[in-house]
Amino acid sequence: MEVVKVENITRVYQIGKVETRALQGVSLTIENGEFTALVGPSGSGKTTLLQMIGCLDQPSTGRVVISGQDVTRLNRNQRADMRRGHIGFIFQFFALIPTLTAYENVEMPLLLNGHTPKERRERVMELLKAVDLADRANNRPDQLSGGQQQRVAIARALAPKPALILADEPTANLDTANGQQVMEIMKKLNQETGVTFVFATHDPRVISYAARVVTLKDGVIEKDSASEAK
Amino acid sequence: MLQIFKMAFRDLGRNRRRTFFSALAVAIGLALLMLMASVINGEMGNAIQSSILLQSGHIQVRSFSFDENKSSLKWEDLVANPDEIAAKVAAFPQVKAATPRLFASGFLSTGDESTGVKIYGIDPNSVANDPYRMGLLSGNFLTADDREGLLIGKPAADKLHLQVGDTVGLSVNTSNGDVQEQVFTVRGIYSTNTYAFDVSTILMPLAKAQAITQTENHASTIFILLKNETDTDSVVAALQGLNLDILTWRDMNQLIVEFETMANSYIAFFYLIILAITASVIVNTLIMSVYERTREIGILSAVGMRGSRILGLFLAESAFLAVGGVILGVILGWGGVQLFNINGFYIGNMGLSGFLVGDTIRAQLMLDDIVNLSVMTFIVTLLAGLYPAVTASRLEPVAALRAEK
Ligand SMILES: Nc1ncnc2c1ncn2[C@@H]1O[C@H](COP(=O)(O)OP(=O)(O)OP(=O)(O)O)[C@@H](O)[C@H]1O
Ligand SMILES: [Mg+2]
Repeated sequence: MEVVKVENITRVYQIGKVETRALQGVSLTIENGEFTALVGPSGSGKTTLLQMIGCLDQPSTGRVVISGQDVTRLNRNQRADMRRGHIGFIFQFFALIPTLTAYENVEMPLLLNGHTPKERRERVMELLKAVDLADRANNRPDQLSGGQQQRVAIARALAPKPALILADEPTANLDTANGQQVMEIMKKLNQETGVTFVFATHDPRVISYAARVVTLKDGVIEKDSASEAK
Repeated sequence: MLQIFKMAFRDLGRNRRRTFFSALAVAIGLALLMLMASVINGEMGNAIQSSILLQSGHIQVRSFSFDENKSSLKWEDLVANPDEIAAKVAAFPQVKAATPRLFASGFLSTGDESTGVKIYGIDPNSVANDPYRMGLLSGNFLTADDREGLLIGKPAADKLHLQVGDTVGLSVNTSNGDVQEQVFTVRGIYSTNTYAFDVSTILMPLAKAQAITQTENHASTIFILLKNETDTDSVVAALQGLNLDILTWRDMNQLIVEFETMANSYIAFFYLIILAITASVIVNTLIMSVYERTREIGILSAVGMRGSRILGLFLAESAFLAVGGVILGVILGWGGVQLFNINGFYIGNMGLSGFLVGDTIRAQLMLDDIVNLSVMTFIVTLLAGLYPAVTASRLEPVAALRAEK
C-alpha cells in the first residue's frame, strides 16, 4: 500500500513581487515500509516537499494523499489532527520542548491522542529503550547531548505509531559517530516496525543507508533510484 | 489538560525574574486599587457622618422661609416656641435627641485681628451637642445660664491668639438689622477635627444667643438625631403636622452625595488607568514569551497540537500570573492600608470649604472591594493574555519552525 502519493504538485512562494517556484510539478509515490532519502542541492525543494507530505503546508497546485486520505485541502485543525495521528517529524535542530523531560517529550503525542496512563507509560519506556535512553528518562533536553536529544525526537516521532516519519536533515547538527548512531536506530526501527521513513539529506554517508534515493533539482525530480531499478 | 497546566507552570519558571516582575505588576496594580478604594470609603463615610453629627443632624425642622445661606434672623424665618417642639419631638421613641439651635453671623475681634464667624446658639444640656463637649481641648463647657461665655474652635483660637479666660469682642447681626457688640470670655477651646467647621464656628448658650440677636423664644432650627438612620422617613412622616419645613440628612447633604458620585466617576477613570498599565505589562511579557518560543510553538503544532490547545497553554500562563499577582496584590494592598492607617493621612485644612471633612483620612478596606477588585484584576490580566495567546495559536507551523528560537 502506498503511504505517500504526491501528484504533480507545485509550491510557489510569493514575497512581494518576487515569486519562487520551490516545487514545479513533483509526482512521487512511496510504499509502506520504504526507507527513502531525498537529496539534491541546497534550494532544490527538499524541505518544501517534506512540508507538503507532512501536512505542515499546502501545495499551490496538485494533490497530496497520505495513507489513502486526500490532505490537499484540509483546514488547519484537520491538518493538525492528521499530523498527530499519522505523521512523525524529526528536524535538523533538536526539536524537543525544553521544559519537559525526555519522558514527557515522548509522552506528549500520546497525551494529545488520549491514551491511558498505563498505555503511555509502557509505550514511552519501550521507545526510550529502543533509542537506548531508558536511563535518561527524567533528564531535561539541556541535560542531554545533541545525539541523545535527536534520539528522544525519534522516539517521540514514533510514539503514536505513525505510518510515516519525515526527517529533515536529521544528522546535519551531529558529529559522524552520533549521526551514524541515529541512522542505525532509524534503520533498525524501519526494519523492526515497518514504519516508513523519508529523510532529506546532503550527507553521502547518510544516503548510503537509504534503500531508495530521490534526487531533486530546481523543484523537480531529477532522478529516482526506484524507477531506475525497474 | 493537566499537561497544559504543567507546561504553562514550567514555562513561567523558565524566566523567573520576568515572571516575578509581571506578577508584581499585577499585584501593585491591585494593591493601588485597593488602597484607593479604601481611602475613598474611609473619606466618604467620614464626610457624611461628620456632617450629620456636626451640622445637619438626621432631620431638621425649620420655618419654610428659612434660608440657610442668609442666616436671616427675622422672626418669620424662625421657628417659634422651639423648646416646646423639641420636647415633643424628643418624646418619639426613634429619636435620640432633639434640640433647638439658633444660627447668627458676626465678627470676632481682639486688639488687632478680627474674623468672620458663625454663631451657634446651642442648648448645653442636650446630648446632640456631645461632639462639642467631647471635643473640648481646654477650659470648660458652656452652662445654660452663662451670659458672657463662648467656646471657640482651635484653629480660630490659634489665629486670634486666644486662650481660655481671654476676652474677645463679638459683634452680632440682630433680628432687626443692627449690630450688637459685647465682650465675651473664652470659656473653652474645642476641636471636632474638622477644620472647616472649627475655624468658623463659635458656640454660646441658646438663651444668650436669643438675647443678643433679639430673637427671644425663637430658633433657626430643631436639630434632630435619630437612634437609627433608617427611621428617617417614619419620623419625617410623623412630623408633617407641624406646618414647618422638614429636611432630612439626604436633602441637607446633597453636596456630599453629589461629590461622592462625582468622585466615583473620577475613581473609575483612575481604575481604568491602573488596569490599563497592568494589562500592558502583561501583554508585553506574554508577547515576548510567544516571540521567544516561536519555534517551540512550531514543534507543538508539528506534533499535532491544535491551535485551541496552544491558545489554552498561553491562557493558562496568564491565569497563573493572574492568580499569583492577585494573591500578592491582596497581601500588598492589605499591608498598604495598615501602613496608611498607622498615621492616617493628615490633610489638615485642605478640606473643601463648605464641606465638613475630617482633618485625617483613614482608609477603610471592605471585603466587597477586595473581592470585586481582585476579580476585576484577574479578568483584565486574562484578557490581556488573550492577544498574545491568539497570536501564538495562529502561527503557521512552517513559519514557526523556521524561526531562530
Ligand atoms: N517560506 C518561504 N518563502 C519564500 N521562499 C521560500 C520559502 N521556503 C523556501 N523557499 C524557497 O524555496 C526554494 C526551496 O527551498 P527548500 O527549503 O525546500 O530547499 P532545500 O532543498 O530544503 O534546501 P536546503 O538543502 O538548503 O535545506 C528555495 O529557493 C527557497 O529559497
Ligand atoms: Mg531544507
